[in-house]
Amino acid sequence: MRFLHDFGHYCLFISQVFTKPEKTRLYYKQTVKEIEKLVIDSVGIVIVISIFMGAVITLQTRYNLENPLIPLYLIGLTARDTMLLEFSSTMVGLILAGKVGSSIGSEIGTMRVTEQIDALEIMGVNSASFLILPKITAAVFFNPFLTMLSMFVGIFGGYLACVFTGALPPVDYVYGIQYWFIPFYISYALVKTVVFAFIITTVPAYYGYYVSGGALEVGKASTRGVVFSSILILLANLILTELILAK
Amino acid sequence: MIEVRNLSKSFNGTSVLRDVSVTFHTGKTNLVIGSSGSGKTVLLKSIIGLHEIEEGEILYDGREFTKLGFKEKKEIRKEIGRLFQGSALFDSSTVEENVMFPMDMFTDMTFEQKLERANFCLQRVNIINKNHLFPSELSGGMKKRVAIARAIALNPKYLFCDEPNSGLDPQTAILIDALISEITHEYNMTTVVNTHDMNSVMEIGDKVMFIYNGQKYWEGSNNDILNATSTELNDFIFASNLAKRIKENM
Repeated sequence: MRFLHDFGHYCLFISQVFTKPEKTRLYYKQTVKEIEKLVIDSVGIVIVISIFMGAVITLQTRYNLENPLIPLYLIGLTARDTMLLEFSSTMVGLILAGKVGSSIGSEIGTMRVTEQIDALEIMGVNSASFLILPKITAAVFFNPFLTMLSMFVGIFGGYLACVFTGALPPVDYVYGIQYWFIPFYISYALVKTVVFAFIITTVPAYYGYYVSGGALEVGKASTRGVVFSSILILLANLILTELILAK
Repeated sequence: MIEVRNLSKSFNGTSVLRDVSVTFHTGKTNLVIGSSGSGKTVLLKSIIGLHEIEEGEILYDGREFTKLGFKEKKEIRKEIGRLFQGSALFDSSTVEENVMFPMDMFTDMTFEQKLERANFCLQRVNIINKNHLFPSELSGGMKKRVAIARAIALNPKYLFCDEPNSGLDPQTAILIDALISEITHEYNMTTVVNTHDMNSVMEIGDKVMFIYNGQKYWEGSNNDILNATSTELNDFIFASNLAKRIKENM
């Protein structure tokens, strides 16, 4: 019952968020700020994690495929498809749920307990829409660029692992990453990214928006937002994979 | 003028306000006093629609706020300035941006016009050359003054202040009180101030309402309050030993 209550409350919150902006120009301005905060500021962590994960996936695949009958270029193919299908969308989504989600939850929660949201409401501003719609717009439209960046950097990380460890010849890796390429995998990853971006921004925002109390409650709400958005990402991943890839 | 008629409000079955009726007059500083937890903030939040009330009516110059639709309520809210206990300035915006925000949101003024108005409001509250500072770089008194500047940016008809001088030293508190009173008379606003500060009551209380356990117990002016016979009110006003000695020597 509690879940149904929360879900209903969340849906009402989302309907409040998706109302016509009072002043479109201000929303554009806010959206640009959010693109910087949520997307540009996440580029560093996405690059670092993707490059190491690409390298590790390549090395692990290499050390677990000892069979001489399996051609070495399949290691490149495996690394590429792992990055495209799962890592760059889901893993990066989970990482962003932690980084961006906690930031959104604590920002909105702090605004609530310090009465900044009340101040907006008193002025006649739809605070949910004004504060959260720009975040959703920024993440939904620009997180796909982070996913594509992660794909390129992760695959490049695998190449660097080949070069610096000598685990397999770089030529085989390069051949593998070009072999049997299915472009649809990128569309699949981008569709997932858009759904995850929506979850990452709205779930922590929901918990932050309805917090009451002080700093302790803001911290708890922020944590709950990250935990629930991570679980929802995994659930959405399962559902989307079945819907999109099942034949 | 704001009229509150038979207002009642409870939370989870616990009654916080019971049958409160009061009229706040235009051009006057109307004070709501009472001890912590007596229902002052709930009353203020109910009047401006942040809490839904169970019973009663709230009229803004004859317009019945409680029966209005979302859009009409929004129009009235644009006429309201609100000063919060903790200032509630937007952390990520500068002083100038905070004051310009209501104009950004609700007017089609050019940037120069908004800047001119913001500077005027800031000068009115004696904040000069602080436009590009963030709220975290200001003292408590400065934050309150910037919040007042933001509240008056759109020339509101109604100003609500929730414990405007809490956490301030006595001198700054008196300055903030004086500023609220001056602005009220200057712009002919209906100002409602929640406070439990007796200096405020004596300095700016054109009209004072004492709220006790969620009910209106007494109302009058700051001159009447010293001669009031209500025990609860006297216990509240003359709570300190100093105040008791003053009362005895009166």
